[in-house]
Formats: sequence, C-alpha cells, structure tokens
Amino acid sequence: MVEIFGIPSYALFGQLLIGLINGSFYALLSLGLAVIFGMLNIINFTHGAQYMMGAFAAYLMLQYLGVDYWIALVVVPILIGATGILIERLFLQHIRKLDHLYGLILTFGLALIIEGLFRNQFGSSGKPYQIPALLQGGRNLGFMFLPNYRAWVIAFSLVVCFATWFAIERTRLGSYLRAATENPALVRAFGINVPRMVTLTYGFGVGLAALAGVMAAPIYNVSPQMGSDLIIVVFAVVVIGGMGSILGAIVTGFALGVIEGLTKVFFPEASSTVIFVIMAIVLLIRPAGLFGRTV
Amino acid sequence: MAALADPPLVEARRDGERSLWVAFVVMVALLIAAPFVVYPVFLMQALCFALFACAFNLLIGYVGLLSFGHALFFGWASYLCAHAAKVWGFPPEAAVLFGTLSGAVLGVVAGSIAIRRQGIYFAMITLALAQMMYFVALRAPFTGGEDGIQDVPRGHLFGVFDLSHEKTMYVFVLVMVLAGFLFIYRIINSPFGEVLKAIRENEPRAISLGYNTDRYKLCAFVLSATLAGLAGALKALVFQLASLTDVYWTMSGEVVLMTLVGGLGTVFGPVVGAFLIVAMENYLAQFGQWVLVIQGVIFVACVLVFRRGIVGELAHALGVKL
Repeated sequence: MVEIFGIPSYALFGQLLIGLINGSFYALLSLGLAVIFGMLNIINFTHGAQYMMGAFAAYLMLQYLGVDYWIALVVVPILIGATGILIERLFLQHIRKLDHLYGLILTFGLALIIEGLFRNQFGSSGKPYQIPALLQGGRNLGFMFLPNYRAWVIAFSLVVCFATWFAIERTRLGSYLRAATENPALVRAFGINVPRMVTLTYGFGVGLAALAGVMAAPIYNVSPQMGSDLIIVVFAVVVIGGMGSILGAIVTGFALGVIEGLTKVFFPEASSTVIFVIMAIVLLIRPAGLFGRTV
Repeated sequence: MAALADPPLVEARRDGERSLWVAFVVMVALLIAAPFVVYPVFLMQALCFALFACAFNLLIGYVGLLSFGHALFFGWASYLCAHAAKVWGFPPEAAVLFGTLSGAVLGVVAGSIAIRRQGIYFAMITLALAQMMYFVALRAPFTGGEDGIQDVPRGHLFGVFDLSHEKTMYVFVLVMVLAGFLFIYRIINSPFGEVLKAIRENEPRAISLGYNTDRYKLCAFVLSATLAGLAGALKALVFQLASLTDVYWTMSGEVVLMTLVGGLGTVFGPVVGAFLIVAMENYLAQFGQWVLVIQGVIFVACVLVFRRGIVGELAHALGVKL
C-alpha cells in the first residue's frame, strides 16, 4: 500500500476527493451569492433554503413523477429559479432603497419559512436519492478508488462555474450586467431595462443554488436542514474570497473545500472549524478578503 | 424671561426623558406584580432574553452594527457559568460574574476580528464566528455535547438567600436585569454613546472629527457581548441547564427577531419584543415546526411594513421617546 506522510494514499486521496466535492458546492453557492450581491446589494440568506429546495424538487420528481436525474438537472433550476423571481417581485424589490441589513433580515425570514414548511411536510430525517444508472460504479486509479458520480460532480460544477464566469465577464449581456452594477441609473438611461435584469439575475442566482441542490441529492441525504448549516460555511467562504470577483469566488470555494478535506485527514477534530479559523486569519491579515476590493 | 431661562429645546428634552421615566416606572411595577399572576420561570426566561435583546440592541440600534452571532456570547457564558457553579462549586454570584466576564473576553476576541469589515460583511463574520464556537461547544468535553450541562445548582446568593425558591430567584434575576437595562441606558446617554450614534449616522465624518471609530466600535461590541454574557449566565441558573440550543445560529436569529419586533434603537423595544416572542414560543411549542414558519413570517412582515417595531410605532404615534 502506498503511504504519503504516514497516511495511506487511499485515505488521503479519498478525503481530497470529498474536499473537492464540498469545494464544488462552496464554489457554486458562493458564485450565486456573489452574482446576486453584485446586482441587488443583498446577501441572499435564503440561498441555503433554495439549495435544499433544489434537492427536494429532484427527490420529489423522481419519487412521484418518475422524472430522472438528467431531466431534473435541467428542469429543477428553472423551476426553483422561477420561485426566486417570484420572491424578488413580491418582496425584495420593495426594500431596494433600504439599508442592506434589511435585505439580510428579510431573506433570513424567508429561509426560516421555507425550512419550517419543509420540516412540517417531510420531517427532519434524510431521504436517499439514487445515483443515476449511467454514473453508478467507479474506477480504480491505482492510488485511489474514484466513484463515477463524484467525478461527474466535480467536472460539471467546474463547467458551470466557468460558463457563469464567461457569461458575466466576456459577453454583451454580462457587460450590461456589470455596468448596471456600477451605475444602474446611467444604464437605464441607455434604454436597458435594469429592473428586469435585476429580477432575472436573482432568478439565475437562485437557479444556481437549485442546481447545486440537485447535484448534491445523490451524495448527501435530502433533508430540510441540509442548507442552513452549509450556507453559514459559504458565508465564511465569501468573506475569505471577497465578493468583488467571480473568479475569486470559484477559486476560494474549491481551495477551501480541499483544505477542509486535508484537515479531516491530518487533524480531524478541527475539520468543522477550519474554514472559520481561516476566515479569522484572513480578516486579521487582509481585511478586504483575498480577491476583494475594500468595502 | 421664563422662556429665556427655559428654551424650547431643553423643554423638549425634559419631556422626552419624562416619557422614559413614566415607562420605566410602569415596567418595574408590572415586573414586580407579575410573579403573583404569571409562572415565575416563564418571567425569568423572558427577563433573561430581554437583557440579551437590550445588549444586542446596543449594537444595532446605536452603532448600526448587525451582529448575527450574539448566541456566541449568550451560549458560552451560559456554559461557563453552569460549569463554574456545578463542577467548581462557585457560589451563584461568582458563577454569574465568571460567565459575564467570559462574555467580555469572547467579545474582545470576536469583536477585534469582526469590526475589520463593515455592514453586511460584519453580519456574516459574526455569524461565522458563532458557528465556529458552536462546533467547539459540540466537541469540547466539558459541555456535555448533545446533553448539555444539566442539574446546575442555583446555590445560596452571598451564602444567605436560597435561590432554589422561585420567588427569591426571581428577585435576583429582576435586579440583575434591571441593573443591566439601566447600565445600557446610561451608556447610550453618555458622551461615549453620542459618539456611537455619530458613527452610526456617518462613520467617515466621525473619523474626520478625530475619533478612532474602530476603538469605539470594539468598545461597544465588548459591552454588548458582556451584557449578553450576563443574560446567558442568568439563564443557566434559571433553567439549571446550559445546552447547544443557546449557542446555535437560531438563537442569534431569535434575538434579532425580538429586537426587530420591539423596535430597533428604542429603549424599551427589546424588552417588549423579548416578552412577546418568548410568550409566543411557549404558547406555540405544541405546534412543533410551525414556530419556525411563524418566526419567519414575523421577520418578513417587520421588514416590509413594520420597520419601527411595536414600541417604535407607539413612540411615533405619541410623539415621545420610548
């Protein structure tokens, strides 16, 4: 058996893989948060609940409608994104002129409502979701065993992250978006419908969260509280990376997932706190975050 | 001549203080009469939360800092007070003091990290720090994990008053909470408090006037954490229990809710909010998860249509300070 630093390679790479998986979710979720924050100036506390809704939607569609994973991967983000658009129209648009803190409190309240409703309906226990037939099994790479589904999650989330980055930084629509972030009044004066853009941006961010939820369903159990603890870690990730840059959010997400995985190997007691400790250290050394501009 | 001696501004200020004094006397009278009508443990619980909410309000209402991690100080002070009373055999006054001071120490550490960022980031950082300490509490051997620290002895206050009597305990809690309440009132009406309000209104301007705003913010943060610690320590003695519930993020959310319902930046709002929310939770406990939904609905309603809170609306309608 191969050993690295006295740790069997299977254990080391196994944790590294779990770290990359967690990192994919951190990246997808912090990306959504960053996109929403850029346009709406709101920290979307509901993000965790929307991730959970994505996982539940996939589970329910499989259970009751027989809709399989691949269709859910497309339909669920659109569906949950649409509920996001509804939330933006019903609530968020009314508080745009208020202090940012109200946005945080409002979305926190919405998260409580959603989580409470799901707990009432489905209880607190986790529900399993079958890995799609195409991705079952795995391959032995010699130094570790790589389950196919996990490889897919990492690859696909990288693609989604890159596509989002490309859409925002390299396309015409993305340039409108960035311009509207800087100066919405001026962009409106050019005849671009900024309020609609804001609504759609929120829907898109929520869709990303739901997509992460669908991808997470076969890995973690689907449960009403799966999002609320995760979102706090993602907040820490966002503080570490700073919300100024899309690429920063992606890189920080993956990097922290890996660091967390490695901590699990070398110092398991600290694995649940390591990201918060890193956040504290980053704040002491570089308050604006690794990729952030000073706020 | 009388008009000159007593300019309208001073008159208005005195009027404002009169309404506060009337409200304070009414509140104290109600709290003294209450244990004869209402179950004392419920009242003590509400009083602990009232102090907790007042401590939180000191930050959000007067410095404009939204801490989403105040459960950190409340819960950890509760654990340390319980541990001191049960394992080390501290008398109640020493255990409460120990819990309160631990709140202060945690406040210095968490505060010096969190005030490095403003606004929305401040809220996220405090939330993350509190979650970190939740995991520490979950793993640390002395906290008893999921069981918490149970059967904390209330002991004899100053070796004389037996706190296992509910009424005696109530008087102790009431005196401590009122002392904390008056202390906060004193802070916000001191020159120090005026600087805090200046920072809330316009931080760059306060800086340009020569104030070291970071030091003021840290100081306010530590004061708030200390008083939250006092509230947590008292709660540990009241329920004879310190548990994970008190350090979890839901507790941080609850104190935001209480303060928001009562009225951000009002003197009495957090007290009213705490009593209402604690009463609601006791009443609704049988409905299980609906409590979460109802809390959420109140949050949304407060932000959308009711931002002044109950006491804030009342003060606005009457045109007085409350």
